[in-house]
Amino acid sequence: MQSNELTIKAKQIEAAENVKKQGTRVLVCAGTGCVANGSLEVIKRLREAGVDVQTIQSQKMTVVPTGCHGFCEQGALMIIPDLHITYVRVKKEDVDEIIESIKTGVPVERLLYTDPKTHEKIKKNDDIAFYAKQHRTSLSNCGHINPEDINDAIAIRAYEALENCIRNMTQDEVIKIVLDSGLRGRGGAGFPTGRKWMFTKMAQSEKKYVVCNGDEGDPGAFMDRSVMEGDPHRLLEGMAIAGYAVGADEAYIYVRAEYPMAIKRLRIAIKQAEEHNLLGKNILGTGFNFTVHIKEGAGAFVCGEETALLASIEGERGMPRSKPPFPANKGLFGQPTLINNVETLANVPLILLNGSEWFSSMGTEKSKGTKTFALTGEVNNTGLIEVPMGTTLREVIFDIGGGIRNGKKFKAAQIGGPSGGCLTEEHLDLPLDYESLSKAGAMVGSGGLVVMNEDTCIVEVARFFMNFTQNESCGKCVPCREGTKNMLRILTNITRGKATMEDLDTLKELAENVKTGALCGLGKTAPNPVLSTLKYFYDEYVAHIKDKKCPAGVCTALKKIVIEKDLCKGCTKCARNCPVGAISGTVKQPHEIDQTKCIKCGVCLKNCPFKAIKEV
Amino acid sequence: MSDTVKKTLFVDGKEVEFNDEKNLLEVIRKAGFEVPTLCYRPELRSFGACRMCVVEIEGRGIQSSCTMPPEPNLKVHVNSEAVRKVRKSVLELLLANHNRECTMCPRSHNCELQALANKYEIREVKFPSREKLLPIDDSNPALVRDPNKCILCGACVRACSEYQGLEILGFTHRGSKTLVSPALGKKLGEVDCVYCGQCAAVCPTAAITIKSDVQRVREMIADKESTVVCQIAPSVRVAAGEEFGLKPGDNVIGKLAAALRMVGFDKVYDTNFAADVTIMEEGTEFIDRLTNGGVLPLFTSCCPAWIRYIETQHPELLPHVSTTRSPEAIFGSAIKDIAVNRDGFARDKYKIVSFMPCTSKKTECKRPEFAVDGIPDVDCVLTTQELVALIKGSGIDLKNVEPEELDMPFGLYTGAATIFGVSGGVAEAALRTVSEIVTGKPIENIDIKETRGLNRCKELTLELNGQKVKVVIVNTLREAEKMLQKVIDGTADFQMLEVMACPGGCVGGGGQPISCNNPVKKNQRAEGLYNEDSSLQYRKSHENPAVKKFYEEWFEKPGSHKAHELLHTSYINRFETCYKNTK
Repeated sequence: MQSNELTIKAKQIEAAENVKKQGTRVLVCAGTGCVANGSLEVIKRLREAGVDVQTIQSQKMTVVPTGCHGFCEQGALMIIPDLHITYVRVKKEDVDEIIESIKTGVPVERLLYTDPKTHEKIKKNDDIAFYAKQHRTSLSNCGHINPEDINDAIAIRAYEALENCIRNMTQDEVIKIVLDSGLRGRGGAGFPTGRKWMFTKMAQSEKKYVVCNGDEGDPGAFMDRSVMEGDPHRLLEGMAIAGYAVGADEAYIYVRAEYPMAIKRLRIAIKQAEEHNLLGKNILGTGFNFTVHIKEGAGAFVCGEETALLASIEGERGMPRSKPPFPANKGLFGQPTLINNVETLANVPLILLNGSEWFSSMGTEKSKGTKTFALTGEVNNTGLIEVPMGTTLREVIFDIGGGIRNGKKFKAAQIGGPSGGCLTEEHLDLPLDYESLSKAGAMVGSGGLVVMNEDTCIVEVARFFMNFTQNESCGKCVPCREGTKNMLRILTNITRGKATMEDLDTLKELAENVKTGALCGLGKTAPNPVLSTLKYFYDEYVAHIKDKKCPAGVCTALKKIVIEKDLCKGCTKCARNCPVGAISGTVKQPHEIDQTKCIKCGVCLKNCPFKAIKEV
Repeated sequence: MSDTVKKTLFVDGKEVEFNDEKNLLEVIRKAGFEVPTLCYRPELRSFGACRMCVVEIEGRGIQSSCTMPPEPNLKVHVNSEAVRKVRKSVLELLLANHNRECTMCPRSHNCELQALANKYEIREVKFPSREKLLPIDDSNPALVRDPNKCILCGACVRACSEYQGLEILGFTHRGSKTLVSPALGKKLGEVDCVYCGQCAAVCPTAAITIKSDVQRVREMIADKESTVVCQIAPSVRVAAGEEFGLKPGDNVIGKLAAALRMVGFDKVYDTNFAADVTIMEEGTEFIDRLTNGGVLPLFTSCCPAWIRYIETQHPELLPHVSTTRSPEAIFGSAIKDIAVNRDGFARDKYKIVSFMPCTSKKTECKRPEFAVDGIPDVDCVLTTQELVALIKGSGIDLKNVEPEELDMPFGLYTGAATIFGVSGGVAEAALRTVSEIVTGKPIENIDIKETRGLNRCKELTLELNGQKVKVVIVNTLREAEKMLQKVIDGTADFQMLEVMACPGGCVGGGGQPISCNNPVKKNQRAEGLYNEDSSLQYRKSHENPAVKKFYEEWFEKPGSHKAHELLHTSYINRFETCYKNTK
């Protein structure tokens, strides 16, 4: 519904009434993870059952599709705030029972979360260990509002900070609060946001731009996507505040086309905000103009690099250029441009609403506030989390993440995606903040956190990430284009047992040269996984090279399958099953494997009735 | 801040002043320090890709100096160990990926990668070579692309875009699979390339080279039954000497005459003779259009790259193009006609070779209009670079050759003709003659300064018998396109448009000795031409006695029926074929 009111207060009252009319809200996660787990089916079934249209025993109910709740592991997730109930792994078949339970007020026991340690059923969201240790601020609305209905957002104070800025504050006052809050860029490098704003404000130009970097490309990362999908108005408000502070009247959100849901919801949000006169021309009658465009990226990882991103918006090939000049002075279409990532901008309205002290009270001395992480890998609870800066790796993995899956041993965590580094057991009590991570050879990055157990080959991990950066290198500068190619080649040779110790020296030297010589952030950080794994798992590299062994047993080329002569009865089963004819021998005589033919598929191993075949 | 404050920075401890240098690299070089580059080209946008120009800046770490704006008080180290490490690593990585058949490479003598590999003493490459060689693209009539030698510096990409606005070449694919190529994997012979050769002129290696026809010329000369004559374009004489240790701008026309006779040419003539004829024809055409309400503005037609541009991009404007053939083509048709029909040579035994600053001329001589009975007027075009190869390959050091006279009468020319080799020269030559014909009296100031200088766009207005005539002179097709847009939208207020596709005109031609790291050479070559102009006895085309005789004895008068047959041409709308090619 469109509001003609020109103050946020009035809009809030109106929105709150609209929300109130919904009665009991049944929040169903419609984030990408839960959609994959059938949440749209659940929503459909709820609607078919008439939840939206009927009052059930005088109780009005409304299905509210929301953004990501974070606990993707347990999807599809459902929260009924009025009853303080969280349901996990909800299927469409459960819907009738759920409706019944809302009527009676008695929860469906089997759909409650079971604590893996105590085996207790937990009803309330906040009591689930995964959430209990978290501190969700930038994600506070994600999962609790309908991202496609601006009323939901306005009712909980969206755009209030923006109004206050443009009505009551000067540009410098806004910048000062951001500066004082200690907010730093959440996209990777951690540059102080307030300073970036200041530089852009200081740049002399008639025309300036704000660009939101939503080109989240790290494998396994989905923090920004969740904000865009779950709380788009938070982002738009942050951008408008930034625009006001730096003197920009036009903005672009650069989102990858692989995020269709984020794009759809942003489009809806922009349209609704414009209808409410919260974006566009003459916002709330103050004379401040701020137009937001969406630019869909074609999915090149390098376009997350700000200068490549700008080139892409301009219609050029996504290739970075050297800085300086920085975008604050010469950015989009040659004009001063402020570029912040999604999470950074999503923090802004809260800082303006709650004050810089509120924000700086969280986190460590130099890293303030909270940080979202996409927790993935061999951990019990995967999902999207937000913790105060400085939370230790141990808390993240063992408390929030619930420890390593299947009782395995923790080996390493790759933080910061392909640009980041490996952390090991010795880093478990390391506070996750910009300085500590950088000292350990890793980086906060955008917040990808991949947990690995003892079955992971660390060389293979380094090779995997190098393969990624090699494919995603834009090909412009020599160190990145040719350097990553040769690092990848050496890493591949190591995993195949074909490398020498000299190759290892070359690898290290090359990694360092690429780090210093490359043009942009992608190239400069591409060697990080190699350098940090070399630092902490040097022996594992040596084992591959000297002993031709993969300690984790992952690298197939280094496996050898042999038949123990003493145990082999010559039943010929293995020879008959071998897909490549690598096993030969006569009946009742011990058989033999031709290592040059063997592809290490393990079929013989599984099928030998006498356990005569072994992997060595 | 006041503009008068002296701004300085420190290069290896030495205080260096800077003003409006566009980047730190220029400041460092101006101060006399050496910084290696591969992708940097002073005339093109900084790209920052090769990382050879990296320097160490205190507090800022390693930075590419070509992209860094100079700032006061920077403390720069140009040759620190950290910097050398990056450079050596870059060279090694590039060499690994480079087809190192250096001994047989056409750029062996002036390959920038090879020079730097030597300078940085790269004696081994730790990384394996390319697994498989990519196919060489020789589909283009003037240029050959060898992706196995490409170091992806993007100089050709920038040249094609920034000089010609054509963007024929671009980057495709990602990571180590990145290539420079025309769009959609097309070959260079299948696109709207105008063959200007600027991509080859800025290439630091042999990734794009000029198609060599030297051997074809040697075979013509070796054929004892053939008479082989040659013509030398104006700008060749002020550039060829560079490759023999002479200064850019040194006029070596006499040395070339002697050397080419030593090589075996029967006659050594000069394109300048035909340039004077061009002025007679084009001048007459211009006056005719001006007085009889013909299509104006008139576009000059000397530059084959420009002609192909109009034919492929703006065929609707072809009526504006002068029908007069280029001097090189006029020489071919007229001199062969005289040789066959007056002097009795057999057409297939009288060979004409052109020495041109231009790669596009290689295609001009293949146009079917420029042939009689299927035999081309000009049999072969060699660029200045090939001329140098021909002379060197014959064991001749041009520097030590005693100059000789050109053969007459087609070696006689005026100063107006010789300045055809520089942007503005055609217009100046035309105006000297046109003005005198229209007004009936000699032009007041024979040096028309407004036409000179290597700016991309120049203009001047003359009054001819009370009629104002505005002439616009542009070089590079990107600049020309701006003028075409004015013609299209009806805002063109000029009557003549001189276009040369190469930056600075033919002195900066794609076939000239490579000078991309030293653009000032183009100015020196231009100066050489203007010096020759002012030193000659005749400085107006219509005063050339040989030209007068040429008309009297063979072509009657400018614009005659015979002149139209042999000295003029028509153009073809090639938009359709290009469209088909790019679809």
